[in-house]
Amino acid sequence: MANVFELTNVSKTYKNDGKEFTALKNVSLEVREGEIFGIIGMSGAGKSTLVRTLNRLEEVTSGSVRFYDEDLAFLNAKQLREVRHSISMIFQSFNLVNQRTVLSNVEQPLKIAGVPRKERREKAKQMLEIVGLLEKADVYPSRLSGGQKQRVAIARALAAEPKVLLCDEATSALDPKITGEILDLLKQINQERKLTIVIITHEMSVVEKICDRVAIIDDGNLAEVGEVTQVFSNPQSKAAKKLVFPSNPFEPSNPGGRVVRLVFDGTQSNVPFIANLVEETGLKVNILSANTRSVGGIGYGQMIVELPDSIDEQNTIISFFEEGGLTVSEVD
Amino acid sequence: MSDYIKEAIVNGIFETFEMTLFASLFSYIVGMPLGVILYATSKGRILQNRIVNGIIGFIVNVARSLPFLILLVLLIPFTRFVVGSSIGTVASIVPLTVGAIPIVARMVESSLNEVNPGIIEAAKSMGASPVYTIIHFIIPEAVPSLLQGGAINIATVLGYSAMAGVIGGGGLGAIALQYGYYRYQKEVLWTTVALLIAMVMIIQEVGIRLSKKTRKN
Ligand SMILES: Nc1ncnc2c1ncn2[C@@H]1O[C@H](COP(=O)(O)OP(=O)(O)O)[C@@H](O)[C@H]1O
Ligand SMILES: [Mg+2]
Repeated sequence: MANVFELTNVSKTYKNDGKEFTALKNVSLEVREGEIFGIIGMSGAGKSTLVRTLNRLEEVTSGSVRFYDEDLAFLNAKQLREVRHSISMIFQSFNLVNQRTVLSNVEQPLKIAGVPRKERREKAKQMLEIVGLLEKADVYPSRLSGGQKQRVAIARALAAEPKVLLCDEATSALDPKITGEILDLLKQINQERKLTIVIITHEMSVVEKICDRVAIIDDGNLAEVGEVTQVFSNPQSKAAKKLVFPSNPFEPSNPGGRVVRLVFDGTQSNVPFIANLVEETGLKVNILSANTRSVGGIGYGQMIVELPDSIDEQNTIISFFEEGGLTVSEVD
Repeated sequence: MSDYIKEAIVNGIFETFEMTLFASLFSYIVGMPLGVILYATSKGRILQNRIVNGIIGFIVNVARSLPFLILLVLLIPFTRFVVGSSIGTVASIVPLTVGAIPIVARMVESSLNEVNPGIIEAAKSMGASPVYTIIHFIIPEAVPSLLQGGAINIATVLGYSAMAGVIGGGGLGAIALQYGYYRYQKEVLWTTVALLIAMVMIIQEVGIRLSKKTRKN
């Protein structure tokens, strides 16, 4: 499959009044056609900076950003504006023009592209229909709820028939229920229109719900990138572990004790593996936390357990679980 | 009050309107683009340009810091050159316009500064050029604030127009000066002052209402 974006050793250093700050350090990754690609990290990690290099709202200091094999850095102002018709963006704060009606907002990108009035009106209505807000066409944005505003922003973003949609914390200002509805809409658009989507977020739940692949950004570095299910069930980097582990398990009984995380999917959920462990090996574990998650539509369970002190016993337990098909990883 | 004076006052109202209207109009024709340029070329804005911003900003600041009465006198030769005379209602429009331009420019600049930068970012990401962004995103979004500023500017011009009486301009200011000051007819003075205050208040009120009506957020 073709790559929509290809980033090679991208670095970004901000310079303000002689002060320098490096927000991105040697980031290389690719976004594939048709996928929903997540970029997750703590606040201040460099996610917004990264996504803004994708449509050159931010110039890179070194490295290259290629959009369908074309290096964005080599485009002149006019070519860049042309390319931006193919790269739409939505924002946390929606950024609609308050003094214009919903319909007029959605028409804007078409107007910029020089589409005649009648045609763009038609198209804008079609887009509002997709996001389920056709009846709000003549209303001003201040009359809409946050979720509705983001739907209008999505309609506006889709109007110019972009090849990719960038979402910078698009659901962070919305409550969980509305977040779910917006994510469902994005997923539907991704599937029906074959639109590639890049989603920036600081919430693992957003990535778990709709992303195919995810990149984890930690302090300007790319900590990890891979399939969401892979990263979820077996995170490699410290930053990834921090994101996928339950945030507040109980303290282990022994402060220096070994704590591991077990992940199982629906296929193993009918096996009573903790009971089996006791029965077959006579060894016990102490459960500190347990929950279930839906990752990419598949149910996953995870458990944080504390192991006994003996190294031999620990190894026996870990191999017992691994033979049973569970993923076992260390909790640092 | 004699009929003669009453007639003069009615005439004065029309002259004041005439001066205020045309001076405001002309000062926006020049001041609005200047304000847009000041806004767009300032630091961090879409057409950032230190030289252009520095030069225009300097001229505007100098013109704005001159007391209007001084400007009136300084501009006499220029006014004579433009309208062929330096006294009368029409002649007053020239210094009023010149005096209002820098005020309008700064007012427009500050209205545009209020526009949410996120909207500009959205325009940019849609592939809008800087000029398109100004015309179709920034100015429309600033309309309520521009109207409010407009009312304040017109009221200021009206106040200045009263001063033009000093150098032989027309309008209510000239009447107040002639009858109220030189001849000390108190009731003429107070009538003209009351009329001037009423006109300023009406302009402010209309401006605020228009601004509220257009504000959609
Ligand atoms: N224009 C800028 N000038 C200087 N520093 C900036 C600028 N924009 C962002 N930064 C810094 O870069 C870092 C990453 O910012 P950002 O990409 O917005 O993070 P995130 O979106 O992950 O929260 C932050 O420490 C931020 O303070
Ligand atoms: Mg951010």
